[in-house]
Amino acid sequence: MSTTEAAARERVLAVLRAEADDIADRWVQLQMAQAPLGDGVSESELREESDALLSALISGLDSDGPVARLVSGHPELRQAVCDLSLRRARAGASPTDTSLAVLALKEAMLEAVQRQTENSAALFGAAVLINRLLDSAGVLSFETYVEGREEIIRRQSRQLLEVSTPVVRLWRQVLAVPLIGTLDTARTQVVMENLLQGIEEHEARVAIIDITGVPTVDTAVAQHLMQTVNAVRLMGADCVISGIRPPIAQTIAQLGIDLSTILTRATLSDALAAAVKLTDTPSARPTPADR
Amino acid sequence: MTQASDVGTAARGGAHVYEEGCPTTPTVHEVRSEEDLLAVRHAVRAATLRAGFSIVDQTRVVTAASELARNAYVHGGGGTVTIEFPDRNGTPGLRLTVRDDGPGIPDLSAALTDGFTTGAGLGHGLGGARRLMDEFEIDTAAGQGTTVTVTRWAVR
Amino acid sequence: MSSASSNGVPILRLGDVLVTGLLNELDDKSAIAFTEELTARITTDRARGVLIDISRLEIIDSFVARTLMELTTMARLLGARVIVAGMRPPVAITLVELGLQLTGVETALNAEQGMTALGWHRVPAPPEGVMRDTSQ
Repeated sequence: MSTTEAAARERVLAVLRAEADDIADRWVQLQMAQAPLGDGVSESELREESDALLSALISGLDSDGPVARLVSGHPELRQAVCDLSLRRARAGASPTDTSLAVLALKEAMLEAVQRQTENSAALFGAAVLINRLLDSAGVLSFETYVEGREEIIRRQSRQLLEVSTPVVRLWRQVLAVPLIGTLDTARTQVVMENLLQGIEEHEARVAIIDITGVPTVDTAVAQHLMQTVNAVRLMGADCVISGIRPPIAQTIAQLGIDLSTILTRATLSDALAAAVKLTDTPSARPTPADR
Repeated sequence: MTQASDVGTAARGGAHVYEEGCPTTPTVHEVRSEEDLLAVRHAVRAATLRAGFSIVDQTRVVTAASELARNAYVHGGGGTVTIEFPDRNGTPGLRLTVRDDGPGIPDLSAALTDGFTTGAGLGHGLGGARRLMDEFEIDTAAGQGTTVTVTRWAVR
Repeated sequence: MSSASSNGVPILRLGDVLVTGLLNELDDKSAIAFTEELTARITTDRARGVLIDISRLEIIDSFVARTLMELTTMARLLGARVIVAGMRPPVAITLVELGLQLTGVETALNAEQGMTALGWHRVPAPPEGVMRDTSQ
């Protein structure tokens, strides 16, 4: 660490300790002026957040960590920046508001240092340090913000999956799940979970998977279908796949996908007829090799 | 819909899914005997509960742990299982690190292929554990022992 | 009718069907002992069917899967049909994700349906109408 940097660090630290309250007030004020945060974050929350971040900054600067890696390397400081960004991501604040929040702190700190520093060389050194520190905070904040939003998207798409895969009881001991859209790994897991739970609840003997609403069946989709059928069979129930439209039958044949171990029907009503027939015969169900 | 209420809690900024008073510090478990294999399963099951996993995710993680611990016991001559509780922006997760000082795996790609076995399983241990978890890392070389690290998140 | 085996897993005989179950705490040695005892009992009891209830099994890893598949094959060689009943949904999901289908193993939703498949029928309850008729 160079002596100028050490001196600048001392100076910024001293200013932060002396004026933490004023800086926090000013920061909140700047943020309120820049972008009204809506219902998500209240003024008192902003103030709490400011206090937490400033105390983290003080303990960070007081530690031995080099300035360049202070924000990412100091646990308390890192946490404070992450919390700030995540809170905004969840409250639905825009990315601009989030980076403006960090930039506003820079402004508040620079003002405080200016008030406390006469010597222009020292002021320059301190300003450079504040810039470096808060720029890296800005980068971390943006990363966290994006990750936070992605997390929300992941949660929402999972919820959407759950509501879009209803399991319905069609007949005594017969369940059906109409699939709409494609069948990827995540979707397969949700379908399996719902279907198997339904089988257990209703003591169902046959599960119909209707793929009328599935636009294409490639090898991956077929594999996921097979996986679902296998899970149903392990439970001791049988599976019928319905709604295979002619173009899809063509693709399946052309790709050489083997669905021969699965009972398939063109329409849901044909499948239901086949299913009801199956429930009349008392049988445990053999896995493919037995057939 | 429990999912919906999860998001609600997160939106209010309180992403603490762990129950209060439950330690979420890493724990290390020895795998030296068959009894240890059962003990590891119990410990991992308890950890999945603490991390708030669904019953299906609990089963996935415990099964993966069972496969990996058995590998370490059978092929590695015993080892350790470390259970950690990582956090991804408020989403709780579970990380298992299974380490042994055995002969290592000379041909990794073969070992990850289904049906490959040198022991008493079905050869689905490594590849299966990889499919059951969200993240999978393996560090091994002939004579160097094997370390497998797997992670599963409560919501993907 | 019943006997507690050396490893603590009871095997009951109902006519020509052996009824047993697997528990969570099954370690490798007991699994092997269980397989040996069950195959011995198939021969001595001249069983034609075996029902294995696994509704209390919380996980099936590749070792337990292999035990079940070997049991099925051995029983078939000895002339008995094995039905594995009551697998829990999370176990079934995990098993297929693990890449295991229990090829060749017959499954049933619960012990009752498994027994029906093995030729056991519940004695039908007397028709309710009879009782009502006499009371009128």
